[in-house]
Amino acid sequence: MNKRVAGGVLTQEKVQQLADQVRRWEENEVASFIKRAPERKTEFRTLGGFPVKRAYTALDAADTPLEDIGLPGQYPFTRGPYPTMYRGRFWTMRQIAGFGTAEDTNKRFRYLIAQGQTGLSVDFDMPTLMGYDSDHPMSHGEVGREGVAIDTLADMEHLFEGIDLERISVSMTINPSAWILLAMYVALAKKKGYDLNKLSGTIQADILKEYMAQKEFIYPIRPSVRIVRDGITFGARNMKRYNPINISGYHISEAGSSPLDEAAFTMANLITYMEEVTKAGVAVDDFAPRLAFFFVCQADFFEEIAKFRALRRVYAKIMKERFGARNPDSMRLRFHCQTAAASLTKPQYQVNIVRTSLQALAAVLGGAQSLHTNGMDEAFAIPSEEAMKLALRTQQVIADESNAGNVVDPLGGAYFVESLTTQYERGIFRILDEVDSRGGTIKLIEEGWFQRRIADFAYETALKKASGEKPVLGVNKFVEPDEKFDIELHPHDETSERRQIERLRRVRRERDNARVAQLLDRLVEAAKDESQNIMPVTIELVEAGASMGDIVEKLKGLWGTYRETPVF
Amino acid sequence: MNHDKQMIRVLIAKVGLDGHDRGVKIVARCLRDAGMDVIYTGLHRSPEEVVTAAVQEDVDVLGVSLLSGAHMTIFPALLKLLRERKAEDIIVLGGGVMPDEDVVKLKEMGVKEVLLQDTPPEQIVTTVRRLVAERGPR
Repeated sequence: MNKRVAGGVLTQEKVQQLADQVRRWEENEVASFIKRAPERKTEFRTLGGFPVKRAYTALDAADTPLEDIGLPGQYPFTRGPYPTMYRGRFWTMRQIAGFGTAEDTNKRFRYLIAQGQTGLSVDFDMPTLMGYDSDHPMSHGEVGREGVAIDTLADMEHLFEGIDLERISVSMTINPSAWILLAMYVALAKKKGYDLNKLSGTIQADILKEYMAQKEFIYPIRPSVRIVRDGITFGARNMKRYNPINISGYHISEAGSSPLDEAAFTMANLITYMEEVTKAGVAVDDFAPRLAFFFVCQADFFEEIAKFRALRRVYAKIMKERFGARNPDSMRLRFHCQTAAASLTKPQYQVNIVRTSLQALAAVLGGAQSLHTNGMDEAFAIPSEEAMKLALRTQQVIADESNAGNVVDPLGGAYFVESLTTQYERGIFRILDEVDSRGGTIKLIEEGWFQRRIADFAYETALKKASGEKPVLGVNKFVEPDEKFDIELHPHDETSERRQIERLRRVRRERDNARVAQLLDRLVEAAKDESQNIMPVTIELVEAGASMGDIVEKLKGLWGTYRETPVF
Repeated sequence: MNHDKQMIRVLIAKVGLDGHDRGVKIVARCLRDAGMDVIYTGLHRSPEEVVTAAVQEDVDVLGVSLLSGAHMTIFPALLKLLRERKAEDIIVLGGGVMPDEDVVKLKEMGVKEVLLQDTPPEQIVTTVRRLVAERGPR
């Protein structure tokens, strides 16, 4: 009998032989060894809670059909979105930066570019992220603090002064007010004479995970999703190389979720956006190739690699089977990755460099397209120039010195990694089925279902840290009680708030207020009519000198605001 | 309302635009699990809203979480409002990410304790109990 089983790799006979061999090994070698030297624990699990075996064999990997593993650049893209991966070009080294005014951040951008960074990523301050002008009472104390302050198009001009936007890709981490920033970016490009179809970059604009995790929201869910739809459709028609959304698991994880929930909730959000955009009459293959993703890389090395591989496979299957995509570009999951800020500690902060290095290596072995490595001072403040340089160097060591990028998906075929990848795939689909059967993502956000699961896992993690079950060096293991911190932190410039408000007021003085008012009325008309797109009039508004606050407040009059019922 | 005299009442709050609520929810939950009466304001509250809630709810402790870097603006505003409302006996606690030198300054201003990242749940509970015991009955 030579019937092929188990993914088509092994014959029935081989399966039986191998199973016998494993059983004998456990009964003999393992049993007698454990009698003399017990294992550290009775049960081993990943950080995400998946039980892991002592050793994996072809039997475990054989659970995965060969065609699900495939080859790099081939459906279902488990092994990578492209056939040559880092043999062609390394991942984009994209350190996020933003503080003070646009001029302050522009200097940091130029510094990072001089240090060999290959992409830009903008971090905005809280008022910008939440759609408040810098002189709004809610903004006091927060202007330019955690990111750069942007109120008007004039700020954007200073932000990218001397940087060729056709040559470097720019990622903007912003959500409820993202469409206004996108409008400013387009307006700036037009003013500078760039070809919109040559601009590459990404705007996060992933509002659903805000309600789940990061909690930056302005309007209720439905109109917010409609704004996202407008950004995606505008991008599909006008910006061929630009990613109008970055569907993000990162913040779900940082808010405390398990890695499996991070992956599954992100796919649940993808499905909602897909339904929304296709409902507006845009064909799947006309926009899906520009959907981009963003995941964290946590500390459990192999689990994270398996998570990324599984996500690519799940995405390919969803796009092909659920949404009928035909173009392979619509099925290739491309993602930006950031190492896990929440894994970093204040005590013995230099150890953060080591943590980040391992997470960065896992991201590379998992096939990331772009990477941000956190600064060692993450648990103190926003990163100093020195901390960012070291973080960038960490990526450069992996790229230039470790040779890790010379082989595509070097862990492909590893029994453990293939097995865990398939477990992740099944776990993600199981959660997606549950979301569907409970009435879909938006309903479950309103019910706090995702938020509850995130809070529960965060609480469990806190208890495990407190008990020492989850070791964290410097915090619950190898603690140095008298440690003194000798670290130079990023200084906050107390003048930035005043400088920013001065520019905002100058723009307001110099613009044609009647025209702004008239355009704001047109914005409301466009917003009321779901068949229209709010992007074109928003672009006109920012060109006319309207501030972010003008636009956001006007639509609050129409849509109201969102206030969550917290679950804890 | 007739409260159990033994039960410590705590208002946990997020002030300003900061949306990081992982830590604050863990704090709220471990205090609740320790038998305290815990109210959580939810996100994006103004100092006025929070102080009004603290006074109305007659809490022993007001815990404010900030990871936005705006702590040196927001805590002074809260403390000033509490003084104006003659509610200085409410114990103010801080939590989140902030530099050590700011922690020293906040304590000088009147914040009783600052609980930074990775403070074990047990220590949060004992800190609250100790501070309430030190203040004595009202």
